[in-house]
Amino acid sequence: MHKESELRPPLILGEKTWHDITEDVCRPVESKANKWWKIAFTVAVAGLLWWIISVSYTLGTGLGVWGLNKTVGWAWDITNFVWWVGIGHAGTLISAILLLFRQKWRLSINRSAEAMTIFAVICAATFILSHMGRPWVGYWSLPLANQFGSLWVNFNSPLVWDVFAISTYFSVSIVFWYTGLIPDFAVIRDRAKTKWSKRIYTILSFGWVGTAKNWQRFEEVSLVLAGLSTPLVLSVHSVVSMDFATSIVPGWHTTIFPPYFVAGAIFSGFAMVQTLLIIVRKVLTLEDYITIYHIDMMNRVILITGSIVGVAYLTEFFIAWYSGVEYEQYAFINRATGPYWWAYWSMMTCNVITPQLFWSSKLRENVFATFIISIFVNIGMWFERFVIIVTSLHRDYVTSSWTMYSPTWVEAGIFIGSIGLFFTCFLLFARVFPVIAMSELKTIVKSSSEGAKKKSNQSNH
Amino acid sequence: MSAAEKKFVYGIFNDDEVVVNAIGTLRSQGLKVKDVISPFPIHGLDHELGLARTRISICAFIYGMTGLSLALLMMYYMNIFDWAMDIGGKPSFAFYKNLPAFIPVTFESTVLCAAHGMVITFLLRSKILPGVEPHIIHPRMADDHFVMAIQVKEDTDLAKVESLVKAAGAVEFKS
Repeated sequence: MHKESELRPPLILGEKTWHDITEDVCRPVESKANKWWKIAFTVAVAGLLWWIISVSYTLGTGLGVWGLNKTVGWAWDITNFVWWVGIGHAGTLISAILLLFRQKWRLSINRSAEAMTIFAVICAATFILSHMGRPWVGYWSLPLANQFGSLWVNFNSPLVWDVFAISTYFSVSIVFWYTGLIPDFAVIRDRAKTKWSKRIYTILSFGWVGTAKNWQRFEEVSLVLAGLSTPLVLSVHSVVSMDFATSIVPGWHTTIFPPYFVAGAIFSGFAMVQTLLIIVRKVLTLEDYITIYHIDMMNRVILITGSIVGVAYLTEFFIAWYSGVEYEQYAFINRATGPYWWAYWSMMTCNVITPQLFWSSKLRENVFATFIISIFVNIGMWFERFVIIVTSLHRDYVTSSWTMYSPTWVEAGIFIGSIGLFFTCFLLFARVFPVIAMSELKTIVKSSSEGAKKKSNQSNH
Repeated sequence: MSAAEKKFVYGIFNDDEVVVNAIGTLRSQGLKVKDVISPFPIHGLDHELGLARTRISICAFIYGMTGLSLALLMMYYMNIFDWAMDIGGKPSFAFYKNLPAFIPVTFESTVLCAAHGMVITFLLRSKILPGVEPHIIHPRMADDHFVMAIQVKEDTDLAKVESLVKAAGAVEFKS
């Protein structure tokens, strides 16, 4: 059997048995919602309603209800799209890349992080559809035969690559997530007391029985899916960055965009995982599974990726100067000192300075400090996309068309509303799905739990 | 061999190491241990039972290659053969010149076909699909109990099997 050093912090606190894990994870699904869940759900649904109103108004009236103008033709819509897609990346990183690296601490957090990925990509996709202006012809982005002559989509365009990247990412993430859920639904099915919950979880669990052959295939499928998802997640944000990088707009036309966007995506995604899990572990009393050690590890990822993002910001500035291209230089000087200086410096403060606080292990292990810093990072990464998109556009080559951009209530409604949409989905998930991958977590009870470590300590001395 | 002659009896265990060790013990005592149902994957169980390696990753590779070929064929047909566009002075007249721009979609299509094809194969091959009624032998077999399936004949002395299985560490015996 796999042995683990006692020096490593335990991944499961308390002397938990397999059955304790089942009880603790199934409790939120099997009990009634508490007051806090109901309050949070009401607020989230209110946000969702605001989103429905704003989107309906946009689709009914036209894109003129947004604050866009001839110079700034892309603003909050694409900012929000990139922000949400980026947030999604942490879930895949945790479940796929950490699986390949055999990081056991992923096991308590992968399920909810993957759920976050799926809901974040749904939110991102809504911005793509709503910013099309005529979403009912959104299928024009697909390579379909049509009646307009032999006109196909242009496969040289990064926007078409994006259609393929996002839809592949979304569908593969769902399949990866659901495959892992099947054995856990079977646990709930076998415990179900009422006829209806038995029937629903029987359908959801696909009649799973954990025979040796099923588990063998299950593990192989998880491993290969992780291997496929790893380059996939890196490709998705690279392609998103190419929407900008392949253009010739100063401030967008940058070769470091793909790695810089990927690092930023993981950075913002982990911040959102922290924000969510710090609440989830408290509300669902899962502190024994999502421990301070887990929070510490995620903070280290935030520190690393935050530093990469910081280096990327400075590199961009340096290259703008070093290239000798005046337009490029102006774009960057305008970012830092122009009328949008406040957005730029919000971004710098939130993304470059705040994560550096995590060099202190005291702060990394402090739940409250982590929560606050994670909010800062979420805000900072939103500003990053706003800065890249709006400040690069608002002063273009023709001085007479220089202008400012400000959103209308409709855009604000769609953005705030999309957060409502996200939390509605996430709160429903936390009520009906097992939020921790029970079957996978049970494999480390004998090696990495506090009880097992105590036992092996006693037998050694 | 008709179904009436052979049937299964089950030993219920509550520890993964005990159940894995029991396979060899019981087999050496002449019992036909066919399968172990567990709440989580047990490392080395497939080896102990003598299961062949799964070929599902070979399937995934074939699906991936199919996705790769289909994507390249699609882009060649649409953008080079059927209607070559000349956008921004960058014409699409030769496949090899356009290939770099075709890489992202080719990659996504490879992953899409490999991932979905593999999961669909897994579900069909293991017969886990919505609507399938599970065969539940023990109410806690997905929670913390391990079920060992042993094939016996109609005329086998079950009391003897039970004593062997219990001696190997089973907490319960079901026939």
